[in-house]
Amino acid sequence: MDAVTDNLALFVEGYLTSLRIILVALVGSLALGLVIAMCRVSPVPPLQKFGTFWVTTFRNTPLSVVLFACAFGLPELGINRTFFFFGVLGLVLYTSAFVCEAIRAGINSVPAGQAEAARSIGLNFTQGLRFVVLPQALRTVVPPLGSVVIAMMKNSAVVGAFGVGGDLWSTGATLTSARGYETLPVFVGVAIGYLCITLPAGALLQVIERRVAIAR
Amino acid sequence: MTSRTAGEPLVRLSGVDKWFGQLHVLQDIDLSIDRGEVVVVIGPSGSGKSTLCRTINRLEPIDSGEITIDGQRLPEEGKELARLRADVGMVFQSFNLFAHKTVLENVTLGPVKVRKLSKGDAERRARELLDRVGVGSQADKYPAQLSGGQQQRVAIARALAMDPKVMLFDEPTSALDPEMINEVLDVMTSLARDGMTMVVVTHEMGFARRAANRVVFMDGGRIVESADPETFFTRPTSDRAKDFLSKILTH
Ligand SMILES: Nc1ncnc2c1ncn2[C@@H]1O[C@H](COP(=O)(O)OP(=O)(O)OP(=O)(O)O)[C@@H](O)[C@H]1O
Ligand SMILES: [Mg+2]
Repeated sequence: MDAVTDNLALFVEGYLTSLRIILVALVGSLALGLVIAMCRVSPVPPLQKFGTFWVTTFRNTPLSVVLFACAFGLPELGINRTFFFFGVLGLVLYTSAFVCEAIRAGINSVPAGQAEAARSIGLNFTQGLRFVVLPQALRTVVPPLGSVVIAMMKNSAVVGAFGVGGDLWSTGATLTSARGYETLPVFVGVAIGYLCITLPAGALLQVIERRVAIAR
Repeated sequence: MTSRTAGEPLVRLSGVDKWFGQLHVLQDIDLSIDRGEVVVVIGPSGSGKSTLCRTINRLEPIDSGEITIDGQRLPEEGKELARLRADVGMVFQSFNLFAHKTVLENVTLGPVKVRKLSKGDAERRARELLDRVGVGSQADKYPAQLSGGQQQRVAIARALAMDPKVMLFDEPTSALDPEMINEVLDVMTSLARDGMTMVVVTHEMGFARRAANRVVFMDGGRIVESADPETFFTRPTSDRAKDFLSKILTH
């Protein structure tokens, strides 16, 4: 395990970079996914169509293709940002489609009468979602949403590979290819790094799941 | 927009048509309801009673015709519609209380979020209303902890908290055990006495006789007959109504 201990500082830096990608992508994809889900269930047909189009596009395109389009396509359109920006953007766009579908399934699990009652006391569409439907959808949403989030965390490795660099995955790649360390120990180190993100996340999710199950 | 005038009906449907795909559920419906009037809607299953009720606050959009409430035409989806719905109370067969909120929160949600009342004012008013419908002691429970009759009375309080101009009831007692039906009907009867404008879809003929100013009989998406309860129950004119009454009054 010399490969890891020798380069501990690099690994820690990679870990932090991965964490940064993940946190930004988490906030971004949850927010965007929620907005797209609201479009899909809204009473306005153009918004519904837009939401369906969005989900169809990003759920059916490989992440690497989305990332490629962001990192190399957007600059061609005159949008110039860092690789970090494009990488996270691609991950957010891709993940938002899955977040949307998890939230939408949760919304659909709430009996229609709840939304009707909300509307009939004069709440508008967003208020009805916010105060009546979404709180009740939460319980069914948390487990599938958790899977989506953990998949996103692992997908952040693809973002790193795409040129953001400096994250866990690319640190491993650099150490093995450029500096000649043995592959196996290095990638065991990388795997441990990811586990240090996904396992606590999984535990946190279980806590949240238990919380929302009790809260009526 | 017409200004309100004393003689004008509070709710007016004129030439309303509604289709569910191929099914013509409401056919050329004309109905005017005056302030303080209690209209009971009866008719066989599938005749369009629920749909009629739900078009009045536009839970169901209509395909042609016009619906006005207090002289104002029902707006399309959006802010205006939400404002208008706040003025139209609705009580559902299945109660539809907000399952994640306490009884008190169920009643205060609309006043706080729509009417912008302070939480304190809304709660004070909510407790008054809960007392009035006889469930004041249940304020901090969740709907699932209440009996059906109690839930339905909470639902009535929730609707009343918005100070509606008119209340719509769609078979409010059909999901209740027999011993709970009267506690709900009593609340409705007292509302009617207090001058609330009400549209009530129900099979409770006792309530219709006691509280209604008018009975509207629907069949096949049409209003077939419209008369005061005494006339309707003793001397119905249409064969359909006679047939319907003979079926429901014999058991
Ligand atoms: N959302 C819907 N989509 C399609 N058809 C519907 C819908 N809602 C109701 N219908 C149909 O429209 C007709 C009228 O329904 P409605 O619920 O208004 O009848 P009703 O008089 O209230 O009957 P009941 O006494 O059984 O409640 C029925 O044939 C019903 O099957
Ligand atoms: Mg019905």
